[in-house]
Amino acid sequence: MSAGLRTEAEELVPSHEQASAGETIRRGLALSPELRVGLGVTMLLAVVATAGRVVVPILIQQVLSRGFDVDADTVDMGAVTEIVIGGAIAVAITALATGLMNVRLATVSERALSNLRRRAFAHVHDLSMLHQAAEQRGVLVARVTNDIDQVSRFMQWAGLQLVVSIGQVVVTLAVMLFYSWQLTLVVLALIPLILLVMRRFQTRLDAAYLIVRRAVGRMLGALAETVVGAQVIRAYGAEDRTRERLEERIGEHRTSAVRAGWLSAAFSGVGELLSATVIASVLVVGTLLAVNGPFLGHTVTIDVVVAFLFLAQLFVEPVQQVGEAVNEAQNAVSGWRRVIEVLEIEPDVADPGEDGVDLPEGPLDVRFERVDFAYPGRGDEPPTRVLHDVDVTIRPRTNVAVVGETGSGKTTFAKLLTRLMDPSSGTVRIGGVPLADVRFASLRDRVVMVPQDGMLFAGTILANVAMGAEDADRADVARAFDELGLADWLEAMPDGLDTPVGERGDALSAGERQLVALARAYLADPDLLVLDEATSAVDPAAEVRLQRALAGLTAGRTTVTIAHRLSTAEQADRILVFDAGVLVEDGTHEQLRDAEGPYATLHRAWAAGTTGAIG
Amino acid sequence: MSAPQDAVVARASSGTGWRDGWRLVTRQLRRAPKQFAWGMVGTAFYAVATVLSSIVIGRVTDEVLFPAIREGRVGTAALVGGALAVLGVSAVRSVGIALRRGGAYSAQYRLQQRDRLEVTDRYLQLPTEWHRRHPTGQLLANTSDDVEASSFIAAPLPMAVGVIVMLVVTAVLLVRTDPFLAFVGFAVGPMLGVANYVFQSRMRVVSATAQRMRADVAETAHESFDAALVVKTLGREAAEAERFGTRTDALRDTLIQAGRLRAVFDPVMEALPNVGILLVLLVGAQRAAAGAISAGDLVTFAYLFRLVALPMRVFGWLLGEMPRAVVGMERIDAVLGTDDTVRYGPDGGADDDGGATVGADAVAYRHPAVTVEDLGAGPAPGRVRAVGDDPDAPSTRGLEALDLDIPAGTTVAVVGPTGAGKSTIAHLLARLFDPDDGSIAVDGRALGDLDRGALSRTVALVFQQAFLFDDDVRTNLTLGEDIGEDQVRWAARLARAEEFIEALPAGFATQLGERGATLSGGQRQRIALARALVRRPRLLVLDDATSAIDPAVEADILSGLAELDTTVVLVAYRRSSIALADEVVYVEQGRAVGRGTHEELYAANAGYRALIDAYDTGAGRAA
Repeated sequence: MSAGLRTEAEELVPSHEQASAGETIRRGLALSPELRVGLGVTMLLAVVATAGRVVVPILIQQVLSRGFDVDADTVDMGAVTEIVIGGAIAVAITALATGLMNVRLATVSERALSNLRRRAFAHVHDLSMLHQAAEQRGVLVARVTNDIDQVSRFMQWAGLQLVVSIGQVVVTLAVMLFYSWQLTLVVLALIPLILLVMRRFQTRLDAAYLIVRRAVGRMLGALAETVVGAQVIRAYGAEDRTRERLEERIGEHRTSAVRAGWLSAAFSGVGELLSATVIASVLVVGTLLAVNGPFLGHTVTIDVVVAFLFLAQLFVEPVQQVGEAVNEAQNAVSGWRRVIEVLEIEPDVADPGEDGVDLPEGPLDVRFERVDFAYPGRGDEPPTRVLHDVDVTIRPRTNVAVVGETGSGKTTFAKLLTRLMDPSSGTVRIGGVPLADVRFASLRDRVVMVPQDGMLFAGTILANVAMGAEDADRADVARAFDELGLADWLEAMPDGLDTPVGERGDALSAGERQLVALARAYLADPDLLVLDEATSAVDPAAEVRLQRALAGLTAGRTTVTIAHRLSTAEQADRILVFDAGVLVEDGTHEQLRDAEGPYATLHRAWAAGTTGAIG
Repeated sequence: MSAPQDAVVARASSGTGWRDGWRLVTRQLRRAPKQFAWGMVGTAFYAVATVLSSIVIGRVTDEVLFPAIREGRVGTAALVGGALAVLGVSAVRSVGIALRRGGAYSAQYRLQQRDRLEVTDRYLQLPTEWHRRHPTGQLLANTSDDVEASSFIAAPLPMAVGVIVMLVVTAVLLVRTDPFLAFVGFAVGPMLGVANYVFQSRMRVVSATAQRMRADVAETAHESFDAALVVKTLGREAAEAERFGTRTDALRDTLIQAGRLRAVFDPVMEALPNVGILLVLLVGAQRAAAGAISAGDLVTFAYLFRLVALPMRVFGWLLGEMPRAVVGMERIDAVLGTDDTVRYGPDGGADDDGGATVGADAVAYRHPAVTVEDLGAGPAPGRVRAVGDDPDAPSTRGLEALDLDIPAGTTVAVVGPTGAGKSTIAHLLARLFDPDDGSIAVDGRALGDLDRGALSRTVALVFQQAFLFDDDVRTNLTLGEDIGEDQVRWAARLARAEEFIEALPAGFATQLGERGATLSGGQRQRIALARALVRRPRLLVLDDATSAIDPAVEADILSGLAELDTTVVLVAYRRSSIALADEVVYVEQGRAVGRGTHEELYAANAGYRALIDAYDTGAGRAA
């Protein structure tokens, strides 16, 4: 329950735009046609399986009617034995059907959901929100894990129950009608009352569970804050405030959950009373009918009345269980809906695939033609413009530094260059080809970006670097380190290339992760290299190595570096200065330093900081 | 595979000891006695009424239906009496059901509330070192998954007790009615028990495996999504999809396996009571023929078997949840059992607004070996895992013998190579760590003697990682303290944050945090800085707190700070920051090896000179 509730508060789509439950299920089934495979047979098995539940009333009716002679007070053992053997066969058949149905449901639903999981995972990798909004990563992980688990759990438990319950109602109704339509009418007459009561409860339950879900979201927020913000809370003495907040939100959760719990408990109690009302009515009406003889040409016998006492119970029982299953179903539907929503987000950047072209051989140049980029506004907000009318050409084999304050648009520039995003208007050309026309296979082969943090995968150094190129072997990887002048560093690692880097590269320092990332890029051997310079603190020894590796990596390639240090800019062939999304300056370090523009100001501030004291 | 999953798998495959299970049950009963009492009262009603309802059906058959047929008429009194009996018993049963379930829910959420409050309260008291030893995910899981798992047994517990009552009553009834019928009951009952047990012991292993596979799938997704940029730019999507697919397939196969197990168990559990009823009919008819029992007795037991069989599954449920619940309980108790909490002194602090003097006398601090602890129970092998390269290597991190003497109102830069102990100094000054040896004093008062309020009034530490609370901007600065609007604005301005805050959709009322506005790293750091400034600390400690801020803005902020009368200690990585300090303390391998103005140190200290030169060469982080 918690897993589903947790993600409830993290909807990517505002609630008023959400699809209804029916719509969700329709779309879900359309997305996973595997779910319908062999559904007919499974349903048939379900009917046979639920038929098992009416075996007992029928047996009792038969034993009472054929085995017992009420007037003579004797028992016909032959008949009883016959009936019991027939019953045993029926029990065996229905058990078999139940088993088969279970296997089929589990197999089909898990296969379909596994495919859905795979599909959602691949799709998420196509969404730019993955790298734009780090905060949403956790939510996206939930889409391929918890949300689908929720659906799976539902299919294996509550969903199964729902199918069986419906089957039970249908089969019981059929048997009742067969025995006596008059008595069946008595049972059915009470159905509107039952439905009315159920509806009232269900509405209130829905409302109560909604409050619980919100309370869970708020509580989890407070819990997460307490753990993640532990240092800040300690450093600022905010313990009392945190405690108050925890008490409030944890208390809120308990109160709302207990309230929903009692409501649901009362629902079960009332369900029991309703079912007793049905049984009592059957008893009274059935006895009267049996005693007072043929009614509308039909005689009700005692054995039928007794069978009805069982049947009525069976008929009403699902009603009591449905409340629980509906709550589960709602969780599952919300999970399913969230997965579908993600799948329905159009990838902002599409691979032209077969229709695309390859980048031309040889060194690559870059051209931005009147490029604008804006993030679409949420709801009524206007779009946020990040880059405006950028027009620039970068010649092959040049080393360009991009400089600007946080939010100036330099990272966006790099993302457009690597086609992590597409411009809102204008064109980016690489090697003369509009980037949108380039096949991804060619693009990813020739253009490589090294992000700020090395971002490694759990595994060895070897595995992480070998990712850079297909078919790279151990010798290739070792050569990459050699040629970047990193052989000494590698040697100092406990197991050389086979040293595990830990989860996300945790076992290495930030600088070391960078080294591995650079070796990986080197092995990829791109013609256009985009570097997002690291800002994290590295000690001087590592720094020297890093610079050496960078020099080796960038040599002879077109390189665009997002520079966070002016020293990097000083060394570039050319500097592009961005300010508020506009390319404001373009030139060499010397030119710009003398030009009295924004770069000169930035540089002076830096120089004042350094030379002012060091002299 | 994460450690908690390991623990569950281990438990599942070795089986939960009855003793552990019993410990869990008694612990939870003790912790929510009132709620469980309601549940137990309810379950008693429920159990008795369930048995009664079968008896009523049997009696109605014998005393209303059969006589009516025999005599061809029915007495109104008998009929109405029968109907009322059915309704009356049902009313009791219905109250029982409601109380049983309501009590169970109340107990479950009461347990969750208690555990959550106690665990988080302990979190708030435990020292920073303890927090560092435990991964965030684990501590979070403790307040959610573990708490839920250990409280979950509250749901089936009252029902299980009710079922036991029903079984006992049924057994008594059977024996009293007819020994042959009793034989049937005693044959089928244990068979249900055995089936349950066999199923659960198999299922436990499979569900523990599924749990582990789920964790694998989640971990792979996390890792892959975190590395989205690398995946994308190296064109590794297909390879990643394949890697994820392998995990997903493994999970799928395990879940299908679980489905198959259930496919065997479900029909067996359903068929066994029916077999019982068949036997009752066979044996019962014979006994009725012999005149030993009535037809009504036959109906009673057929009905009773049906009513009792279904709830018996509750034992399977209870057994199935047990391993997870026990692991959850043990982890919660491990946190609650840690009594290494931070204690504060009685000193109310100096009554002064100006900058504080700071003194450190031979301060030594050694980081505990870098380990990650599982919150499992008891000392088990592998409970403390070493991470990092070589846990036995002597740690250079920490402080050997640090002396400091910082006059009020000055700005001091702490400079040194990675691992020299700069951050440790910052943490010690804010008393996030306590020195192993020596002492730190502010205004001549030992830090450890200050009370909670005095400490946070005096010192404010700003971290490199800016943490934002899930709250609006203003509250993120004040942290709920009563601070005037002017002062909030003043602090924001000083941190060069006012402008961008104003530009946010709702200005200072804009929601931040996980589901709030997206801020850049530099903006987050500026908010964190304003949070420190707003309380006008007398000692401000910046631990690389401006690393993501543009150099020009950073210079502006730092020169603004220099004009305050606050004492500022900044751990510096940039030459521009060093330049703004009145004095530099150069730290190497846990000792302050040089101190003076930048020029003095540069001239006198070779190590310092080497470091600055490294920053200074093109390779350095000059800007």
